[in-house]
Amino acid sequence: MGKKQTHMENILKEFPAEQGNLIPILQKVQEEFSYISPQGVEKISEFLKITENEIYGVASFYSQFRFIPKGRHTITVCLGTACHVRNGGILLEALERYLEIRSGECTPDRRFDLDAVACLGCCALAPVVKIDGDIFGNMAVIKIKELLDKYE
Amino acid sequence: MSKLQKLINQSKTEWQVLHDRTIPRIYLGMASCGRAAGSEEVKKTILALLKKQKLSARLIEVGCIGPCYLEPLMDIATGGNPRISYANVNPAKAKMIIEKHLLKGAVVAHMAVGHFGTVPFEGLPYFFDQPMLKSQVRIVLKNCGFIDPENIRHYLAHEGYSGLEKALALSPDRVIEEISKSGLRGRGGAGFPAGKKWQICRKVSHDPKTIICNADEGDPGAFMNRSLLEGDPHAVLEGMLIAGYAIGASTGTIYIRAEYPLAIKRLKIAIKQMKEIGLLGDRILGSSFSFDLKIKEGAGAFVCGEETALIQSLEGKRGMPRTKPPFPATAGLFGKPTVINNVETLGTVPHILRHGSAWFKQFGVEGNFGTKTFSLVGKVRRTGLIEVPLGTPLKKIIYEIGGGPQKSFKAVQTGGPSGGCLPEELLDTPITYETLAAAGSIMGSGGLIVMDQDTCVVDVARYFLNFIQKESCGKCTSCRVGTRHMVEILERICNGGGEIADLKKLESLAKTVKSTSLCGLGQTAPNPVFTTLRYFRKEYVEHVVNKYCPALVCRSLIEYYVIPDKCTGCQRCVSVCPTGAISGPRSEPHNLDLAKCIKCRACLEICRFDAIAGNAIAIRTREEK
Repeated sequence: MGKKQTHMENILKEFPAEQGNLIPILQKVQEEFSYISPQGVEKISEFLKITENEIYGVASFYSQFRFIPKGRHTITVCLGTACHVRNGGILLEALERYLEIRSGECTPDRRFDLDAVACLGCCALAPVVKIDGDIFGNMAVIKIKELLDKYE
Repeated sequence: MSKLQKLINQSKTEWQVLHDRTIPRIYLGMASCGRAAGSEEVKKTILALLKKQKLSARLIEVGCIGPCYLEPLMDIATGGNPRISYANVNPAKAKMIIEKHLLKGAVVAHMAVGHFGTVPFEGLPYFFDQPMLKSQVRIVLKNCGFIDPENIRHYLAHEGYSGLEKALALSPDRVIEEISKSGLRGRGGAGFPAGKKWQICRKVSHDPKTIICNADEGDPGAFMNRSLLEGDPHAVLEGMLIAGYAIGASTGTIYIRAEYPLAIKRLKIAIKQMKEIGLLGDRILGSSFSFDLKIKEGAGAFVCGEETALIQSLEGKRGMPRTKPPFPATAGLFGKPTVINNVETLGTVPHILRHGSAWFKQFGVEGNFGTKTFSLVGKVRRTGLIEVPLGTPLKKIIYEIGGGPQKSFKAVQTGGPSGGCLPEELLDTPITYETLAAAGSIMGSGGLIVMDQDTCVVDVARYFLNFIQKESCGKCTSCRVGTRHMVEILERICNGGGEIADLKKLESLAKTVKSTSLCGLGQTAPNPVFTTLRYFRKEYVEHVVNKYCPALVCRSLIEYYVIPDKCTGCQRCVSVCPTGAISGPRSEPHNLDLAKCIKCRACLEICRFDAIAGNAIAIRTREEK
């Protein structure tokens, strides 16, 4: 815990204490800890001198911020228009079924977390799934198992 | 000679040397789309092969050249030959091509799609003479796929930053005049004249002023801005500097989606390189103009594409639009007079400064001058990023450039969630801000999604409304609650529970949402419903009255079945079915239990793509029980 606290302080040190930096701070915190924890919000609140309520208000407005830790690998399913008309929604359902979690959740063994995104911008290769930094085009329900087996 | 001209000349010489030398070059499309198609694996293969064979060849990673359906694209240029382009390359193909072309000098003609030479080349078309590219006019995308976006000298070798130098030699008012004369309109979708926007901001007396590049490309199905930023970041940055000089700003912010990590990385590299040669900071190119830039990542909110919401977000608040006036041009970011321009608008600006407004006006039609980039996707044969003069008919884009729909054409969706679905009868419509609006859609930022007979327009309307409903900031009741109710009605129709009265309710709600919402998001949210009801009412009626989805998409109205005559009894489907709905002994037609089937497509996919399966699983209208 103590280590985390100093880490948090080191992050905050990088920013001038202005509300305009709230979103970059939240982004940096999430990048380091994989999610926004209540302790993190408390620290930011003290630092920027704005209420925790306001921070939660801003953080929950944007789809990027999460309030539970991530898994070792992050699966993002694109639900953009091109992916939608090429069955991206059915792909997401199949992943939910395969991993036995809902979108926005993490598997109990922390191996995968699953999320949907409005568009990854690879529409010509729809439907698209992203795992960590890698994008996989022309995905299909039957390719799921083989693909996920590559990730430990 | 100016310092910049010297740099440009040096870069040109380097570029020439790079191309004249006997060292072979391999160009690999490494934009997000190329990566998604597998170019990372190809790159590994190439590097391993070069090392193993001790070949001296240069691997140049380039951006997207446009035809995404051909990705990964790998081009090879050797001493005597022009650059030859190979499409849909995988590691095995890459190895074969390199061994033949690079090692033995034999062009693998049957795998090549075109050449980039200045003279005809044995049986291969010129790359830009391919059907998809021939009728395009590439201005903004000129450098994409040609230069290394992480090397500022490549940009300089193509007259980079000479537009800025020209601008700095003029007075800011003259720069604005030139942009106004060119007729350039905002490429983000609304089409406000760019010169006028700059003028309003310039005239505001209080300082400091600031410029924002809106790279929050949020429309699902659109990736023009991503491709431009990944393929030619300096063009956009040069445009920002020119805009900054014209309005009298000394700072600029690029507001970019966090979902575009590669574009962000390339912008960061570009900014660093600009600083190194004095294109950012104090007294740029020896002028009195000083300017600094920073990147702010968006946090995922569609509404932040709206100017006032974007500003709220940059101020660290919830991205909720506010009333206008005051317009951002008079009171924007932290109260400063602010100009917000789209990526493509800014990417066009340097070209206008370089070649003049008269040159720009030769493209396009009266009132809609210049070119526009579109992402041509969906059920069309040739997908990708395209650039055409405004005024080009939709039909030409879909059939000549896109090669037509995969099956029979149903609709084309323009303008993202705020746009509309246009039917076949309207395909002769020339693409301009006004004609699209008259048809009930909008230009938007440039998404063009083709839909064929297998796309259900009711499902598409539900999809867009659902998207908007989730992205509504919640400020206006009509948008927050109205879109929610519209989604519920559309869901009811898709599930077979709709009544004919629902269509009236839907229309009336749509009118209310349109007329009583504050910002563009709410005002345009009903467009997908308006246009589909206007042009495809018959499909709604089929869903409501006959409980029939003509496209066989709405899952409550369809069922999967096995065609006994085609079924080879290979049991592939049995093994992939997650619910055990398919059974049957090997080599005999299988049986599909509808009570267990969850319509997940697994059996359909495996039956279609597996070599020994017989493509025996199909979808039909659900039989009334």
